[in-house]
Amino acid sequence: MSSRAYLSIENLGVTFNAGQRASEVLKGVDLTVDQGEFISIIGHSGCGKSTLLNVVAGLVPVSHGAVILDKRAVDGPGPDRAVVFQNHSLLPWLTVYENVRLAVDKVFRGRKSRPERHAWTLHNLALVQMTHAKDKKPHEISGGMKQRVGLARALAMEPKVLLLDEPFGALDALTRANLQDSVMEIHAKLRNTVLMITHDVDEAVLLSDRIVMMTNGPAAEIGDIVRVELPRPRRRIEVDATPAYIAARHAVIEFLYARHTGLHAAA
Amino acid sequence: MSLPAYSESAAAPVPKPAEVLPLRRKPPRFARRAAAILSGVAAQVLPPLVTLGVILLLWQGLSGDAAGGLPAPATIWLESRELIMDPFFDRGGVDKGLFWHALTSLQRVAIGFSFSAVVGVALGVLVGSSRFAHRSLDPIFQVLRTVPPLAWLPISLAALHEANPSALFVIFITAIWPIVINTAVGVRNIPQDYVNVGRVLRLSPPEYFVTILLPAATPYIFTGLRIGVGMSWLAIVASEMLLGGVGVGFFIWDQYNASRISDIVVALVWVGLVGFALDRLVALAGRIVSRGASAS
Repeated sequence: MSSRAYLSIENLGVTFNAGQRASEVLKGVDLTVDQGEFISIIGHSGCGKSTLLNVVAGLVPVSHGAVILDKRAVDGPGPDRAVVFQNHSLLPWLTVYENVRLAVDKVFRGRKSRPERHAWTLHNLALVQMTHAKDKKPHEISGGMKQRVGLARALAMEPKVLLLDEPFGALDALTRANLQDSVMEIHAKLRNTVLMITHDVDEAVLLSDRIVMMTNGPAAEIGDIVRVELPRPRRRIEVDATPAYIAARHAVIEFLYARHTGLHAAA
Repeated sequence: MSLPAYSESAAAPVPKPAEVLPLRRKPPRFARRAAAILSGVAAQVLPPLVTLGVILLLWQGLSGDAAGGLPAPATIWLESRELIMDPFFDRGGVDKGLFWHALTSLQRVAIGFSFSAVVGVALGVLVGSSRFAHRSLDPIFQVLRTVPPLAWLPISLAALHEANPSALFVIFITAIWPIVINTAVGVRNIPQDYVNVGRVLRLSPPEYFVTILLPAATPYIFTGLRIGVGMSWLAIVASEMLLGGVGVGFFIWDQYNASRISDIVVALVWVGLVGFALDRLVALAGRIVSRGASAS
């Protein structure tokens, strides 16, 4: 495969062994991602897109093939592949600040002084506009705010790849749009390499450089990849009627509902 | 760089009290507050008091006051008045007020229960986090926990030879099982998300223990401690009956041998109230320690 790719997933297969029965979740997945690229992975429920993300995160072991990030094979979780989980997974006994600070302390201990770590924590909270709630506990803030803090925690680790696992799936449409805009701003500013799982076609088109579409499981694979030919910065009000947007959106919908209907997938 | 407007903060409810038109002179603020608190207390305290009164009346009416039988409340009041009114007298030996008996018993519970809390939480963490430890230890625990406290007493007397350590051991062994089992359940039930956070951050085992495992399991640990403290109080009374000396358990046994049933009734009330207080104390400690940990 291309040796210049920043992140490359090569002939990846994942098989879960549940007792005697082995179930093949992913088969022959090949994907290369350039540095700074924003990739969405879309597919019907149960197609193994979360498994793919968890393999890159190192939370699920590779059965077959390899995941190579910045010339090194992934073999376990680490802060260079920070994850924003679908249900925020902030530790409820820590404040917003402490949740982010925990990650900062762990990743930068020895590299940054204590005041620097404090400043870095506040900087990342400011990046997601959560400075005002830094002393609140997670149960005192709304779902959208929790996801912002989860994002701040992930960004604070300065990951090589930012992994977003349906980060806005549980939010209402307006909050979701707000967060999408924030993610675009942050991506424009920091040029992170991002891998995002989503089931929202518009979200995928608006945010991504490329959209990876998965076939239905079991033994799911990459069905097709759509490149979104929209210049950045993108503003939702300006792009959603452009031919490029409509073309990308149509390609994804055609893939999901005409070629690979989710009939046998859990809805 | 202008970040997008953040609508959620605008949507938060503004805590502004509605304006009240001064139609009438309001009673002073503290008076209204006091009235509210009083009515709240009354709602809590009155129903059990009324029930208690009904029970006492029924008891009084039904008991024939035959010699050697169960004395009626009025008889108890007449016979055990000193015991009820003065819990603090001390005439040396075992002739003391119930406060001193209860205090001795509580000291034993404090020691025995502390041991079982420390050992129980440690064992629970082990059983909860290691599959091997779970497989090898859990069946043994499940059998041992059904052994009644008093059945341990002869064994501990045989092993330890002395009465006081034996009583402590009985408390320890009685209280430890719910602590072990609940802690293990708490550790096993740590949400996978929190575990994943620990893995992504590459927390070392000690760091994971302090920042994730212990806080996440705290509500379960305190459930175990609460059941454990109740059971240890049950055990102390039972073991003291056999061991003698100062303590509520022995006091009950002693009064039984002296056929002073009235005193036993008074002692039972003390046992119940102290057990209730212990339970509330541990529950309160649990609420303080695990504040926010159960909410998500």
